[in-house]
Amino acid sequence: MASDHGRARRWRGVLTTPVGLTAAVLLVAVAVLTVLGPVLWGTSADAVDTRDVLATPSPEHWAGTDNLGRDILARTLVATRLSMVLAVCAITVAVAAGLLLGAAPYLLGGRAGRLVSAAVNVAVAFPGLLLALFFAVVFGVGATGAVMAVGLAGAPVFARLTQTLVAQVAGRDYVSAARVAGVGRLRILLRHVLPNIAEPLVVNATIGAGGALLAFSGLSFLGLGVQSPAYDWGRLLYDGISAIYVNPAAALAPGLAVLLAGLAFNLFGESVAKGFGVPVLVGAPELRSRGRAAAAAADAPTGTDGDPDEAADDVVLEVRDLEVVFPTATGTVRPVRGVSFDVRRGEAVGVVGESGSGKSLTALAVSRLVSEDGTVRAGRLRFLDQDLTAPDSPALRRMLGTSLAMVFQDPMTSFNPTRRIGRQLAEVATEHQGLGRAEALGRAVDRLDSVRIPDAGRRARQYPHEFSGGMRQRAMIGMGLMGTPSLVVADEPTTALDVTVQQQVLDLLAEIRAADDVALVLISHDVTVVAEVCDRVLVMYAGRIVEDVSAAGLATRAQHPYTRALVAAVPHMDTDLDQPLATIPGRPVDPAEVPAGCAYAARCPLADARCRAEDPPLVAAVDGSRVACWHAGEPLPDPVVRTAEDRTGLDALDADELVEAP
Amino acid sequence: MTTTSTPTLADAASTSAAAAPRWWEQPWVLFAARRALRLLVSVWVLVTASFAMIHLIPGDPVRGALGPTAPAALVEARRTALGLDDPLPVQYLHYLQGLFTGDLGTSLISQLPVVDVVGQRLPATLALAVLAFLASVAVAVPLGTLLGVLTRRGHGRRTELAFTTTSIVVATVPDFLIGVALVYVFGVELGWLPVAGNASAEAYVLPVLSLSIGPAAILARIVRVEMVTVLEADYIRTARAKRLRARRIHLRHALPNALTSALTLGGLLLGSMVAGTVLVENVFAWPGLGSTIVSSILNKDYPVVQAIVLVYGLGVLLVNTAVDVSLALLDPRSMIREG
Ligand code: SF4
Repeated sequence: MASDHGRARRWRGVLTTPVGLTAAVLLVAVAVLTVLGPVLWGTSADAVDTRDVLATPSPEHWAGTDNLGRDILARTLVATRLSMVLAVCAITVAVAAGLLLGAAPYLLGGRAGRLVSAAVNVAVAFPGLLLALFFAVVFGVGATGAVMAVGLAGAPVFARLTQTLVAQVAGRDYVSAARVAGVGRLRILLRHVLPNIAEPLVVNATIGAGGALLAFSGLSFLGLGVQSPAYDWGRLLYDGISAIYVNPAAALAPGLAVLLAGLAFNLFGESVAKGFGVPVLVGAPELRSRGRAAAAAADAPTGTDGDPDEAADDVVLEVRDLEVVFPTATGTVRPVRGVSFDVRRGEAVGVVGESGSGKSLTALAVSRLVSEDGTVRAGRLRFLDQDLTAPDSPALRRMLGTSLAMVFQDPMTSFNPTRRIGRQLAEVATEHQGLGRAEALGRAVDRLDSVRIPDAGRRARQYPHEFSGGMRQRAMIGMGLMGTPSLVVADEPTTALDVTVQQQVLDLLAEIRAADDVALVLISHDVTVVAEVCDRVLVMYAGRIVEDVSAAGLATRAQHPYTRALVAAVPHMDTDLDQPLATIPGRPVDPAEVPAGCAYAARCPLADARCRAEDPPLVAAVDGSRVACWHAGEPLPDPVVRTAEDRTGLDALDADELVEAP
Repeated sequence: MTTTSTPTLADAASTSAAAAPRWWEQPWVLFAARRALRLLVSVWVLVTASFAMIHLIPGDPVRGALGPTAPAALVEARRTALGLDDPLPVQYLHYLQGLFTGDLGTSLISQLPVVDVVGQRLPATLALAVLAFLASVAVAVPLGTLLGVLTRRGHGRRTELAFTTTSIVVATVPDFLIGVALVYVFGVELGWLPVAGNASAEAYVLPVLSLSIGPAAILARIVRVEMVTVLEADYIRTARAKRLRARRIHLRHALPNALTSALTLGGLLLGSMVAGTVLVENVFAWPGLGSTIVSSILNKDYPVVQAIVLVYGLGVLLVNTAVDVSLALLDPRSMIREG
């Protein structure tokens, strides 16, 4: 529950939005009119003037007169009270009946409870006006009947709402505890549940009051509500519309009144609901919240990775100084900060790092798939000698569509749920290779078969949800094979899969690579997977490559303290599984708060003053490996890697303390 | 491609093939059965409610209809003709029997068979509702889709705010007030379009407009929100990875998914449109069920009221069922997901 302070703040939030403020002002005006209307204009509203009937607007009668010469404006203002009173009565009936019906399943339980909730479900399916007509017949024409009709017609919606809210609260621990303690259901409902659901009910009742007002004027407009000589806005409208050709204002004035009052309730209710609930944010919330240090990050010097040797002929993908920047509420954030590497024909390059290291974004950036709010910059970004920083063109799309295959992490969400698998594959061929539908489908079946989807012809006609996780991922790979890929970019392709099928997918990727000399960029947080499949490993930390080393040398020749920690954290065959798994102490760097100097310094046992001041460049060694560390290869103090048990203790320490500790 | 044999794959294949469901276990059969059952129960509730209506009215409905001055003999004769003197279960059975044989009783006022009254008035209402529905969909879906694309992540913040506010305001205006405003502008001031009856094609314009503007605003809003959400989905990234044209991604991959979610809410909208005809018909003196039910309520012509309530209710139920079925066709997962 919100504290009073928080509540006051949220109310202020509601009232400072233009819509919320307008609605509140309108509501106050309506309330004032409800009280004062009949007092101020009661006499003039009833003053009959037979010499001046059905007059058009004049300085005397701003909205003209009705068929007895009574002033329309005065009558409209006076009618505020009756209209409001009736609407409030109706919504009270609706909430009361809704509460009874909604709480009944909880109180009655068992079969009777289920019957009530089934009845509510049937009733909710019918539009309110239809229910209102039904009850209007039963309760008879007139104001009282209409209050009951509008009220009961609104009850099912409130019943459904109450039911949902009660179910939520009843599931909470303290309510269950009270149950166990033998407190009766009715008592629990009154003492624990109702106070907790009051807030959403009141907000919905406010919106509902607007609806009741509109519904009531509808009934009165039909002649089924308020009867002459009493009048509400609907009744005035009913009288006015018959004279619309003589004096349009007679219909327009009460119509406008209904509209404004209805809008006031609706907009106020909506603003309150929005202010007290969770506001809908467009864009990535996690990026927004990181805005604070974003400006600082943007100003930080762009690290330039040590240039790999001049691109050789067989280079498929060439990346230099790649950056990805996202806008945030307060500036920008740069999760990829200058990444350079090459991928050769048939080579498998692994990219490892913790989440937030920028590895997936790097993969998306080299495939031109970063979401549109992000900006990709690069000194050089070439794939098969095409410039990937060039604007979109049909030729570029065709080239990428047939030569670059993507495999994503979650095959469940990566297939379109409403399209058959075969069609989704075939699309590549119809879009880029000029094949007809049937031909393209034939190729799709063929490719599904080649990734060992059993009974591919039948499977191609199925929807993604009919496939198992492993099959979906193989189908995704098959989709990449629709063209003739030179490069497969696989972003955590096995993470979302069962352990039992992970190996199949990795084997399949390895096979494809071996068969056609296809290059592979494999993104993973799992060092073991990368070491198994890849030739070379790029280790990323805080948006930069910190080490580039051959997969074979990963265990023995890694120079960077972070790489060595990653390797040490991997359980070996001979690791005693009873021992807790080793982890790297400290937390990964938040892309919005990249520190000056070496980003790893806060967690690095070798860090010194220079590390915290200057960012080490990525330097190439003679054997072609690269590393970014001032103390590359220096022996690490024991223990480099702490066990998970130690970590809990370490986390309690401030990060600085951790580094300063002797 | 090399074919290193991996026995595990083959095993997995054979087990999944063996577990093929029998025909009555097929998802769509179960779905159809559940949906049919739900429809039947709802229809039964509706029929019973419309039967009960006449008995819930306090006092003697026939006396009420004929007025306090009608001779007692006439009232008694009518009561007998309506079967109101029989025991309730017998009346209920007669009522059900009547429904199956297409006998909805006789009007208390005009003495005409109610079936004829309804049959005469139904087409006008149906035409109005269907046209209004088509009009709102024809406007809302393209508009919502376009705005969804324009206001997708990282785009068009202002457009979004302007559209959302406008659509909330427009959607709040009840259809009969839109009707009154349209009558005033196009009928009274400009004199361009007829404001009563359904004699000519032009006469359809204003009633259809008043009935469709509000729902169109709501529907466009729903479609936009769904579009924005769907455009963030992983499978849209997959479609982009296939380098499809933007138009194909938006229309073929995003739109169907956005519509499936929009449809559920849109169905409720369509139902309320059926009921909305009542008010709009009364604004435009439309010779349909809506104006008939109101005059019948005022005249206490209960058999007619009963029958029209039944027809409206059936209309709503059929619309809801149609929505569910098209949802299942568009998104096969919903058949399984739905309880
Ligand atoms: S540069 Fe310093 S802080 Fe960074 S990894 Fe190397 S030793 Fe550690």
